[in-house]
Amino acid sequence: MAISQSLRDNPRLERWLRFEPDRTVRVATGKVELGQGILTALAQIAAEELDLRIDQVRILSGDSIEGPGEGYTASSWSVEHSGSAIRAVSAEVRALAFARAALRLNAAPEELSVREGEFLRGGTATGLDYWHIAPEIDLSAEATGAVAPKPIAEHRIVGRDIPRLDLMAKLTGSGFIQDIDMPGMLHARTLRQPGRGATLLRLDEDAIRRAGGGVQIVRRANFVAFAGGDETAVRKAAAKATETAVWATPRHLRPEQASAGWIAAQPSHDRRIGDAMPENAVDRLSIRFSRPFLSHGSIAPSCALALWKDGVLSVWSHAQGMHPLRTNISATLGLPVDKVACHHAQGAGCYGHNGADDAALDAALVAMELPGQPIRLCWSREEEFGYEPLSSAMAVEVHASVGTDGRPVGWTTEIWSAAHGQRPGVGGAYLLAAEALETPPPERKPFDIPEERGGGATRNAIPLYDIVARGIDFHLVHDVPVRTSSLRGLGATLNVFAIEGLMDELSARAGEDPLAYRLSLLADPRARAVLEKVGGMARWSKRGPGGTGRGMGIGLARYKNSSAYAAVVAAVEVDDAVRVTDIWCAVDAGLVINPDGLVNQVEGNIVQAISWTLIEEARFGEDGVASLDWQSYPVIRFRDIPEIRVELVDASGQDPLGVGECAGGPAAAAIGNAVAHALGTRIRDMPMTRERIIEALMRGG
Amino acid sequence: MSSAAVYLPPFRAKRSHIRTFGCARARRTGHIQSMNEHLTLTVNGHVHEIDAAGTTPLLDVLRNHLGLKGSRYGCGLEQCGACMVLVDGETVYSCSREAGTLEERSILTVEGLAADGALHPLQQAFLDEQAGQCGYCLSGMLMAAKALLDRNPSPTRADIVEALDPNLCRCGSHPRILRAVARAAAVLRGEAGDGH
Repeated sequence: MAISQSLRDNPRLERWLRFEPDRTVRVATGKVELGQGILTALAQIAAEELDLRIDQVRILSGDSIEGPGEGYTASSWSVEHSGSAIRAVSAEVRALAFARAALRLNAAPEELSVREGEFLRGGTATGLDYWHIAPEIDLSAEATGAVAPKPIAEHRIVGRDIPRLDLMAKLTGSGFIQDIDMPGMLHARTLRQPGRGATLLRLDEDAIRRAGGGVQIVRRANFVAFAGGDETAVRKAAAKATETAVWATPRHLRPEQASAGWIAAQPSHDRRIGDAMPENAVDRLSIRFSRPFLSHGSIAPSCALALWKDGVLSVWSHAQGMHPLRTNISATLGLPVDKVACHHAQGAGCYGHNGADDAALDAALVAMELPGQPIRLCWSREEEFGYEPLSSAMAVEVHASVGTDGRPVGWTTEIWSAAHGQRPGVGGAYLLAAEALETPPPERKPFDIPEERGGGATRNAIPLYDIVARGIDFHLVHDVPVRTSSLRGLGATLNVFAIEGLMDELSARAGEDPLAYRLSLLADPRARAVLEKVGGMARWSKRGPGGTGRGMGIGLARYKNSSAYAAVVAAVEVDDAVRVTDIWCAVDAGLVINPDGLVNQVEGNIVQAISWTLIEEARFGEDGVASLDWQSYPVIRFRDIPEIRVELVDASGQDPLGVGECAGGPAAAAIGNAVAHALGTRIRDMPMTRERIIEALMRGG
Repeated sequence: MSSAAVYLPPFRAKRSHIRTFGCARARRTGHIQSMNEHLTLTVNGHVHEIDAAGTTPLLDVLRNHLGLKGSRYGCGLEQCGACMVLVDGETVYSCSREAGTLEERSILTVEGLAADGALHPLQQAFLDEQAGQCGYCLSGMLMAAKALLDRNPSPTRADIVEALDPNLCRCGSHPRILRAVARAAAVLRGEAGDGH
């Protein structure tokens, strides 16, 4: 079995697995729960390989002191990276335990089996279990990857709908970082620096103190926060300060900068990726698509706790990686790495790089000024919308060179975008409040995630179809007035929307059915299988004539061209708004750990994609991001939820594939194509609002 | 339901109904100076005497004075529903309702749903449907659904949609939440528990 990157980085078995005195097994992971159900899936993998009950596995997640470092929980890598490491380690520890047990029992290892941690010999209990022989197993050894995991045919726990381990707590009033209470804890809020380089000229500290509530003011250069035992008073103080503070050189934005058109008009760093366009085409077709800036819009503003005590800074955070957070906080504060401990505690869904890491530094800064006192720092709603990284607006022009048979012989996806990967610590990116300190980190030209790691703006820009020459023209825009970073799917959402839109236009030119046309360009049997499956689910062959206000469209992608396959069909009704009535989705994720958990993720990704495609758009005003609440940044509600049916294509003989982001692009594309089918003309820009419907109808075919 | 333990941080939320919890601590540590006002609130059937100004948002009283952390801060603007509680059976955004306006009223939070150690049928139905992803919106969803089922035991899908429409879920758990509420309604009506 190949050793995954996670295991290469953390080779010792004891980093991953430990037998506990209470007859459980502690399994550690660097990946964290973001609402995607990963801890349940990882517990299933460990329980399966070790022949334990699921409740005999305890997960330690995101602990920079005791757990493995696995970078960020991102890009749908968790099952592929952490899952394969835990699977390999569990198989190896099981084999070591078997060897010891065989010696003790004077038996051949193949005579033995394990049930719920106890060794059986010829099916009969031996009285010997893992915990008896744990002291004899050397877990400080490095994993070899030499032990084959259990054959899939023997799986009892992997592949089953094990209920989410964390849901009970969350239905009964607990389970979140926001709920942590520590003796002597102070609440804290910030006064945010309005942009890099802004200097605080005036803050009426006396007025804040006079307002009562025992609020303390913490200030370091241009970082300001308020702390006290009474959260209500602290919140009021921060709101008052935000209203009345006077800053020199705050940032100024212009509303037009919030558009894809503005992005596409900026100077850019240009790069050609892949094949050149062929010269021998008989026809060429190009269409330009766009989407606006998007907010992550976590339902909970970011929150963190920190305590500076006895020379150690402890931080609790819901960010996506505790090892990177430790590195970033220690670098920002000038503390040795071994004096910073970061622990993950669950927060609300983040869907990518939001304010979580930044809030952790904020809490740490306050804690360093108030030693010995636990600090619980929460961002406000406006702060989260206003200061979290946005997902960049993008323009994508897809160009096809068409051969005599009406099929593309060359393809270029041309992209204008700011960077989609600016996680702290990567390429010089830093935590937000570092800009407010005495010596801000150097300004930088952000580069995007490289293609070998899935790409950022270029994610899924190479179509899956059998086209001889496929390439990307990437125009990376460095200078945008807001911080941009990863939102679920990154560039894939618009790239798939655009690619699949052009595929529909090409099939129409060829006079062929869109589904049949796609199949004629797909040799990959797994891609074919999800397309054919979703076609059957949606009764695609009964698709109406179109142009009637009702439409049906299809979209396909394999996430990052390396993770799960998803094909989606959408049915829509369009009058003065687009209403999605039905979604069908077929997924091939290889070996599935938890089918219901997978379906839950895919449903959620589809719902978000409907929201992005039809509703969402971040706006700028003079002072910064102007969409600062749920009225100015509306998202999908219950009334807009269609019937959603998700089915899996059985591919359990294949390796498990990341699934959490696979359906977003195909769902957006299916809706785009369904709207084009309904109207007889295409809307190329997200969100597909009333104005854009009218505009498209005025423009006509 | 079988479940493995998930490690929680060493400090867990206090969920006991300790009266005047937040302010007693604050007074001890000297963080609250002018806390001479007094409230009497009935929460989940218990009468609480609380040292807090009447203008304190109900959400802060619940979370910080009574240690009831199930009602959640999401926006503070009555726009998302994460803080939703019931007052005399009606849904109320606790983030912006002044606690002083609610004396003599009966407040129900998510902690008051389970009775005698058994989950409320709504909570059980949410578990059965695995209706949640991150789960942050679920307290508000449960309370909005409770208000609906109390006044309409046989809601249609459209009724459920209308009742839950003010509550935002950002993970896209809506289809499961709709199914869970329908399932709970069926259970409460004494029908077999499949709300599909």
